[in-house]
Amino acid sequence: MVEKELQPREKEAMPTKTELTRPGRVFLPAVDIYENPEALVLLADMPGVAPDKVMVDLTDDRLTITGEISPPRGEQEQLLVQEYETGNYVREFTLGQIIDQNRIEATMKNGVLRLVLPKVEKAKPRKIEVKVG
Amino acid sequence: MPWLTFGPRVDPFRELEQVRREMDRLWEDAFRREPLLRWRAGVYPLVNISEDTDHLYVRAELPGVNPEDIQITLENNNLILRGERKVPEADKDVDYHRREREAGSFRRVVRLPGRVDPNKVAATCQNGMLIITLTKPEEIKPKQITVKIA
Repeated sequence: MVEKELQPREKEAMPTKTELTRPGRVFLPAVDIYENPEALVLLADMPGVAPDKVMVDLTDDRLTITGEISPPRGEQEQLLVQEYETGNYVREFTLGQIIDQNRIEATMKNGVLRLVLPKVEKAKPRKIEVKVG
Repeated sequence: MPWLTFGPRVDPFRELEQVRREMDRLWEDAFRREPLLRWRAGVYPLVNISEDTDHLYVRAELPGVNPEDIQITLENNNLILRGERKVPEADKDVDYHRREREAGSFRRVVRLPGRVDPNKVAATCQNGMLIITLTKPEEIKPKQITVKIA
């Protein structure tokens, strides 16, 4: 496999329709979303967010993930070079699947949120076997 | 030299003062929006560097990178960051809706803005953030001098 070199990307600011009540910028985390027959899996890059500062909200078919970052530096520190910006993360999705709210699993590792959203039984595709009569 | 004549109503010092104030305002405006000069190294990972009295801190966002996959070297006054970000492949049996997260390797040289003690370097990884703490050498640390009563 040819090794790919990573390229820096500027963080995408969250488009806001309304004024934010809290100061600071808000960014859209980069995500991977895939689906297998049992569940929808979402991975979101949220560096600087502690596991207890992640919020996942599912209302009807609207999924919102929010991550609040820890202070980006100590109080006595002065910035000398700034190449990346810091801020909280918010992203919303509309789900086309019916999700079993009670079995949602969220884990956080190395600044990556992994969310497993199990589909409800009804939504699972089923193979209908034709019996020989 | 007509351009250097001062009419009775022109006070050169007041003019200068106005220019100075205008410059200050522009300067402040520029800095309010951009707190400091931004570097665009264009190499992954992007870093922020800060300092306090005793230390220099280099931070980089490396979500999903295992700490054991990061190599840090300090050479002269260059900090070299190497590593790999692995995005594990999901099972074959999946359909992707979005795929924005990338895997790959990185090699970055960060020129430190000041001298550091090569024997006092610490690095930690926390929530996908790499924090490298470098110590300023004793001789460049600001010293407080107490005035003795003679």
